[in-house]
Amino acid sequence: MIVAVMHIQSALDPAGPQAGRIAHLFWIFTWVCVAVYIITLLFIAVAVIRGRRNAEPDVSDAREHSLKLGVTAASVLTVLILFALLVASVATGSAIGTFGQDDPRQLEVEVTGHQWWWEIHYPDALDPSASITDANEIHIPIHTKVLLRVQTADVVHSLWIPNLHGKRDLIPGRVNKIWIEADTPGIYRAQCAEFCGLQHAHMALVVFAQKPEDFAQWKSASSQGAVTPTTPSAMRGQQVFLGAPCGKCHNIVGVDAYGTIGPDLTHLASRRTIGAGTLINNRGNLAGWISNAPAIKPGVLMPPNAMSAGELQDLMAYLETLK
Amino acid sequence: MCRRLLFVALFAALACHREQRAIQPTAQESGRPLPVRVSGLQPGPKQLGASAIDNPYEGNAYAISQGQQLFEKYNCSGCHFHGGGGIGPPLMDAEWIYGSSPAQIYESIAQGRPNGMPSWGGHIPEYQIWQLVTYVRAVGGFEGKVATGSRVDEMQSKRAEEPKP
Repeated sequence: MIVAVMHIQSALDPAGPQAGRIAHLFWIFTWVCVAVYIITLLFIAVAVIRGRRNAEPDVSDAREHSLKLGVTAASVLTVLILFALLVASVATGSAIGTFGQDDPRQLEVEVTGHQWWWEIHYPDALDPSASITDANEIHIPIHTKVLLRVQTADVVHSLWIPNLHGKRDLIPGRVNKIWIEADTPGIYRAQCAEFCGLQHAHMALVVFAQKPEDFAQWKSASSQGAVTPTTPSAMRGQQVFLGAPCGKCHNIVGVDAYGTIGPDLTHLASRRTIGAGTLINNRGNLAGWISNAPAIKPGVLMPPNAMSAGELQDLMAYLETLK
Repeated sequence: MCRRLLFVALFAALACHREQRAIQPTAQESGRPLPVRVSGLQPGPKQLGASAIDNPYEGNAYAISQGQQLFEKYNCSGCHFHGGGGIGPPLMDAEWIYGSSPAQIYESIAQGRPNGMPSWGGHIPEYQIWQLVTYVRAVGGFEGKVATGSRVDEMQSKRAEEPKP
C-alpha cells in the first residue's frame, strides 16, 4: 500500500521531463554532499587517531607549510564544488523555466483552487460549447506539453504534482503558469502544498496521464452534456435533485442547475473520489457525503441534507448515471 | 504570594473565551426555516406570537467571514453591492425598510421582500441564512468591533452618520 502510494506521489519517481530534471538535480546534490561528508569524516578520524599516537605535536616549519597547503587545497576544492552545484542548479532552473515555450503541441488547462477543492477547466476558444469543466481530476495526453494556468478563488493555495513538476503557488488576483509533460501513462496524485485552512490536508488532485487516443476519447465523452436518466428510480432522483437546493451551488449541463460555487456534477460518476480526495466515489460514501458532508470534512461549505431514505436512493440512482 | 498569583491566574482565565466555530452544522441546523414572526400583530385568527429567535452567531467572527463569502457566492452583491446598495437598498446606512434586528433581517432573507428581494428560505440551509444575517449586521455596524474584521476587501463598512444603537 505504502509502496503504491509512494509511486503515485513522489518527486523521486519522475514521470516527465520537468520532474526528471528536478530529481536529477536532487541526486547530484545528494551524492556530492554524501561524498563530501564521508571524506570529511575520514579526515577527522585520521586526525584523531594520529593525535593520540603522537603525544608531542610537530611544530616544524615544514609541517606548518604542508598543513597550509592542505587547508588551501581543501578551501579551493570546496569553492569549486559549491560553484559546480550552483551551475547545476541554475541550469536546471533555466531548463525548467523555458520548457514548453514556443511549442505548437500544447494543451491549456485552467486550474482554480477553492477552499478545499480544485476546479479544472479545459477552455476551447474555437468551440466554447466543447470546453469542459471538471473537478479534482486533470486528464492529460502523454508526450504533450501542457500549460496549467493556476489561480485561486479565495486564499493562497499551491499546486504540487510531485511526479510531474515542483510546486506553483496560487496567488489571489494573479494567474500563474506552470508547464508539465508526462512520459508514461499513469495516475499521479497531487496535493495542495500551502496551508489554506482547516481542510488543507483534504485538498488532493489526481492527474491521469493517458495515451493520446484514450485522452481524445475522454475529451469527447466529457464535452457532452449530462446523460438523461431512463430508469424510473433515476428519473425520480433527478426530480429530487432539482427540488432540493443542490442546483444553487452545483452545475449539471443540460438540466436546470447552474450553480458555480461547488464542483460541476455533469460527469460526477466518472470521478474516482469525492470531496477532493477525501472519499472513494462509491454509492455508500456519496450518500453519506450528501447526508452530512460537514461531519466528514468539517468546515466544508456543502451543508447537511436531510431527506428520506427513498429520496436518497433515487438521488443516488440519478447521480450514478452521470458518467 | 502564592495566593496572589492564583488570584491573578483566575482573573486572567476569566478573559479566556474561545469563539465557537460552526464547522460541523447538523442536519437540523440546515433544515428548512420556520416562519419567523417579528410581531404579534397578524391578520386573521390568532396565530403564533412573535418568535423569540436569537441569532446563534451574534458576535461570531467566523460566522461573519463565512457570511461574507456567501454574500459574494450567492450574488447578494449583485444588487446590494458591497453594502453601498444599487439595485437593492444599501446595508451600510441607518435606514432599514424592514428592520435591522437579526430576526427581521433573517425574515427578509428567508421570505424575501417586495420589489425584488427573492426568498432564500428552503433554497439555502438555515445556518447559512444566519451567517448572512451576521455579516449583513456587521456591514451595518451592529456587530461588535472584536468580531468584525478591521480590514475590508471592498469598502469601509462603518456607518458615519449614526452611532451604534
